[in-house]
Formats: sequence, structure tokens, C-alpha cells
Amino acid sequence: MPTSFLWGLANPTRFMALSARILPWMAALSAVVTAAGLYLALFSSPADYQQGETVRIMYIHVPAAWLALALYAIMSLSALGTLVWRHPLADVSQKAAAPIGAAFTLLCLVTGSLWGKPMWGTWWVWDARLTSVLVLFLIYLGILALWRAIEDPGQAARAVAILTLVGFVNIPIVKFSVDWWNTLHQPASVIRMDGATIDASMLWPLFTMAIGLTLLALTLHMSGMRSEILARRARSLTLKAADRAAERQRPLPLSAGSAGAGSA
Amino acid sequence: MMAALGALLVRDLKLAARVGGSGLLGVVFFLMLVTLIPFALGPDLNLLSRIGPAILWIAAVLATLIGLDRLFQGDEEDGSLDLMRMSHVPLELVVIVKGLAHWLTTGFPLALLSPLFGLLLAQEPDAMLAVMATLMVGTPALTFIGGIGAALTASLPRGGLILAVLVLPLMIPTLIFGVSAAQAAIGGTVPFLTPFLVLAALSLVAIVTGAVASAAALRGGG
Repeated sequence: MPTSFLWGLANPTRFMALSARILPWMAALSAVVTAAGLYLALFSSPADYQQGETVRIMYIHVPAAWLALALYAIMSLSALGTLVWRHPLADVSQKAAAPIGAAFTLLCLVTGSLWGKPMWGTWWVWDARLTSVLVLFLIYLGILALWRAIEDPGQAARAVAILTLVGFVNIPIVKFSVDWWNTLHQPASVIRMDGATIDASMLWPLFTMAIGLTLLALTLHMSGMRSEILARRARSLTLKAADRAAERQRPLPLSAGSAGAGSA
Repeated sequence: MMAALGALLVRDLKLAARVGGSGLLGVVFFLMLVTLIPFALGPDLNLLSRIGPAILWIAAVLATLIGLDRLFQGDEEDGSLDLMRMSHVPLELVVIVKGLAHWLTTGFPLALLSPLFGLLLAQEPDAMLAVMATLMVGTPALTFIGGIGAALTASLPRGGLILAVLVLPLMIPTLIFGVSAAQAAIGGTVPFLTPFLVLAALSLVAIVTGAVASAAALRGGG
């Protein structure tokens, strides 16, 4: 049962033990698949008959865009986990996903811009797809800022969860912007009802890269969760140590009046 | 319950009107922005009349942000927010009433006075009316979207800047449809009513989501 499995992980110690065993394998697998994908994309796939060699930017750009949306989806699911089920690892997962998602969104914007210059003749146009991805990046930055603004991790997690869910309205706008508005950016060509409109010689390198980068994102997400759990342990230990130190240094109460005067 | 909500509305309006309240400061700030932009662009009346609706809308967005950081913060500091949390009136309705009070002191006067500011930007009469109508219908969306940010940052010591970072991306759709409705009224291929109705819908959605999300944030942040 997936729910009972998720609740089994609610114990952070069990999660730490399990993830410590999985993580090296995931890291190695993502390195192998990404390396294979890069070889296929950069050397063994053909150049486009119109775009020439610049088409190879696609093998980074498209998976980055998918992951930018996928990590926001992970963040939103974790936000539901925080608000509805109060799952102890949900807010850790939320926090770990935010910087990775922001990084992939930036990667998508930068590679898109580098691709746009030779193909469209401009680094940037205010087209619906580009603008909505830029807004997605801004929402990611807002979420990162809110994480940094609130000190207590539990309180920060609930506040960020609400913001994440409100910001989710942008996700369908990003996905369907190319269908709703007549834009410069091309419509979807891989995931369509009537099959991909992209040739198999380019589709396979693209899928390999997508799988490799997804594994990379999941590896980073898991190791981010691990370091967040450790950081929280360190934080609570520091707070406890500070409490004990304060306890030791507190002078013996002489009388209620003098103690009150001293603290006032 | 209605009596309690009415009392809350009157209290918030009084607080805004009296010493220490932000009152009509939003409108003054709006005037400042409208004055500032022609200095930067140069007093080219043709250019100003073309981009006037956009200037007025950006100024409205920024002026709405001005008072927002105090929307819940004052009540959080003096403890009245705790009373509102514990009262039998649903917190969602409290949020709507507080948002209404904020809109009555910023968005509403701003929309009402926008023809006057339109004069400074060389607007035609029908463009002035269009901007006024779009601001009247669209500024509630700005207030209630901003209210979510205000609720999230209510207990933070310096919430103002982070509030702007949180809510400005969410205000973009309202800005797009507000400006496009105002532009459609001056001329163009799109009929005025299409973006105008979308703008009205955005406001209604913002009131509902804003009330629910802000109330959840106020409950969780305590």
C-alpha cells in the first residue's frame, strides 16, 4: 500500500536509513543515463535540416522545462501533505524541492534564450510561454524568500505550503499557453494525443536525457531532504545546548524583588 | 454575526482615517507615481496618451501594495487578531471585511479619482472612463491577492519587501487583463467586454481564494 509505505517513512530515522542505502545507486544511475543521453544528443543524433547544430540545445532545454513543472508539482503535493496530513517529511520534501525547481527553471530560461537568438533572432520575446515560465521563476524566488524569512521550520512550512498552492494556478497556464495563445514558441510536439511529431532519431536522445535529468533531480531532492533533516537535528541540539547553558549561568534566586528589578 | 462584521468594518475605516492610519496615502502615492513617469519618459503627449492606461494600472498595483503590509500586522501586534481567531465569526469573513475596508481606502478612491490622473496623461474621455471602470472592477483582485501575502507575513518584523516579492507575480494576470480591457476601449480588434468580464471573474476568484488562503495562513502562523 502506498499510503502505509509513506507513513512508514514518517519516521525520519527510517527515512535516513533507507535513503542512505538508495542514494548512491540513484546517483550512479543518473550519472550513467545522463552521460549516455549527452552522447546520444551531442554526437550520435542528426543535426536538424533547418536549425543545424543548434537543435542540440533542445536536449537540455526541454527536459529542464519538464522538470521545472514537475518539481513544482512535487512541491504542491508536499504542500498538501503538510497542510492536510501533517506528514513530518512533507515540509522537508517541500523545502528540498524549491531550489532544485528554481535551478531547472533558470536553466530552461537561459537555454531557451541561447536557442532563441540564432533561431528567432532575439534573446527574449514577451510571448505567452516565455512570460509564464518567467512568472514561474519569480514564484520560485518568492517561495525561497519566504523560507528564509520565517525562523521556525514548522511555521515556515505551513506558510510556504499556502503560497505554493496559490501559485499552482500558474502551472496549467505554462503548460497550455502555447495552445491558448498564438505564440512564437512552438506547440507541444512530444506529448500529444496523436503521437509525437518529432522523428525517432531525435526522440530517443531526448527521452534518455529526460530520464537522466529526472534521476538527477530526484537524487538532488533526496540528498537535499537528508541534509535538511540533519540541519533540523543540529538546530534542535543547538537550541537545547543553549537552554542548558542558560540554565547553568542563571544566578540563584535571592528574592523575588531583586530578581524582578534585575531583569527590568 | 453581521453586527460584529459591521463593527469591524467601521473600526478599520476609523483606524485608517485617524492619526497613524494610512488613510488616503495610497492615493497620494498614486499621484506621485503618475507625476514621476512623465519626468522619466519626457512630456510627449502622444506617447503618454498611448501608454496612459498601462501607467495608471502599474501605479494602482504599486499603490495597493503600500498599505498591505499593515493589513494584519497591527492586529497581530496588539492582540486583536487573537480575539478574531477565537470569535465565533468565521475567519474567512473577517478577512473579507478587512480586505473590503482596505479596498475602500485605497482601490476605490483610486478608481474614482483616476479620470483626474488621466488628464495629466492626456487621456481621451472614453479612455478615462474605461480605465476607471477597469480599476473599479480589478482593484479588489489586487487587494485580496495582496491580502494572502499580508497574512503570510503578518508576524514577520520586516514583511513589506517580502510581501511585494510574494504577491507581485500573482498580480500579473489581473494587470494583463486590466490593461488590455482599457486598451480595447480606446480601439483595437478585441471588444471591450471580453477582457473586462475576465477581469471581473479574476476579482471574484481572488476574493474567494484570498479569503480562504489568508484565513489558513492566519490560523497557521500564530
